[in-house]
Amino acid sequence: MKLRVYLNFEQDAVTEPVIWKLAKEFDVMTNIRTAAVKEGMGLVGLEIEGDIETVEASVKWLEAHAGVHVEPIEQNVIEG
Amino acid sequence: MSESIVRALKCRECGQEYEIQPTHVCEYCFGPLEVVYDYEKLQGKFTRELIESRPQTMWRYKELLPIDGEPQVGVNNGFTPLIRADRLAKALGVKELYIKNDSVCYPTLSFKDRVVSVALSKAVEFGFKTVACASTGNLAGSVAANAAAAGLESYVFIPEDLEQGKVLGAAVFGTNIIGIRGQYDDVNRLCSEVAGKYGWAFVNVNVRPFYAEGSKSMGYEIMEQLGWKAPKHVVVPMASGSLCTKIDKSIKEFIKLGLIEDNGTAVYGAQATGCSPISKSVKDGTDMIHPVKANTIAKSLAIGNPADGFYANRVIKESGGWSEDVSDKEVIAAMKLLAETEGIFAETAGGVTLGCAIKLLESGKLPSDESIVLCITGNGLKTQEAVMNEVTKPRIINASLKEFDVLAEADGVALN
Repeated sequence: MKLRVYLNFEQDAVTEPVIWKLAKEFDVMTNIRTAAVKEGMGLVGLEIEGDIETVEASVKWLEAHAGVHVEPIEQNVIEG
Repeated sequence: MSESIVRALKCRECGQEYEIQPTHVCEYCFGPLEVVYDYEKLQGKFTRELIESRPQTMWRYKELLPIDGEPQVGVNNGFTPLIRADRLAKALGVKELYIKNDSVCYPTLSFKDRVVSVALSKAVEFGFKTVACASTGNLAGSVAANAAAAGLESYVFIPEDLEQGKVLGAAVFGTNIIGIRGQYDDVNRLCSEVAGKYGWAFVNVNVRPFYAEGSKSMGYEIMEQLGWKAPKHVVVPMASGSLCTKIDKSIKEFIKLGLIEDNGTAVYGAQATGCSPISKSVKDGTDMIHPVKANTIAKSLAIGNPADGFYANRVIKESGGWSEDVSDKEVIAAMKLLAETEGIFAETAGGVTLGCAIKLLESGKLPSDESIVLCITGNGLKTQEAVMNEVTKPRIINASLKEFDVLAEADGVALN
């Protein structure tokens, strides 16, 4: 499966090679589509491709990483 | 005339254009897609007279909504009252105040009926048989109701612990409701994955570019109802920030088509302090939206990571407006003020809009001597719990005229 997400990095996590670590840890193909570092935060638009279990496990790994937040590219899908 | 002037979907970031299709993000840069039009095709043809000759629904502006030909869903939606709010204006010390009252929008009493009718009309054109959404309130009810009336199958995803009253507001229309267990972020991501996997029209995901355009009808109506002019100032509640950008787009389109003069309208955004990422960015003078965990009674505005936040921020700054946010206490006070002065029972989002307008007036950001429109987007009957303990309780008496006489006398009521 291909999953498209935004990664939000808090200031302390911006300098860490998180996406490199992700690809070392899991058998997934990562593809950065957009990136910005500004005003104390980082934002990366990332495509993660692999089998469904591995992609889901890689998202869980990212979420467990201090200072990193994973959002769908639609950001908040749930509306009022 | 019903010639479509829709040109394409265009990425708001990199400008890449796509054919009209049910998709919402740029394949290159993940930027959001927006419907763009060939306005010159309408020059001289889309007139005030033509619009006025049509039924009073949002579809009287159909050339500027992204459908082909006639609407398929929600043909009676929109065209809510714009009222001159003199009693409220007096209370606020304002010269010219109007309320655009979408708390009575047909059929489910919120402005979501506008966006949903466009999304579902487009879904029918695309050949979808099933429509869906993820919602905690107004959107769920609107999708369920409009889908039912159009004979479409619908799925509505909600957090498992949603209040019964809100579940009822969608369930009564016979939709398939799925309650999802888990933290907000997990529920949100699952909804995105479902939208990506199943071949449905997910109104605020794969048909979002069309859905969002429905909001423009609120702006068109305001301008027509003001006598074909734009207000000097318009205050808009912000959740994703989309409505803010589309009100601005509607004004620019009417100017471009020669239907109104450029009045230099300033757009102001309103949020609850417990979920104010856009308001904070405007006040901080940045264009970066820092996501927050929402904590406010204004649940219909509780979007912590707003997809259109950056664009709403830009509209506010470029138009010369500002943004404000209010506490839950101020929300309730404003709901009561609106109800007691104008007889309008708005949902909590309406309290946010009025509460922020009051703050903007107090700070001088919003001038009191020019025309102001407040956008009220939902009905208070849906968020009764917010004011349940804030209103006067009935005084109980026996069925005795004598007992009532005592009350009346205490109230100083004079007999005729």
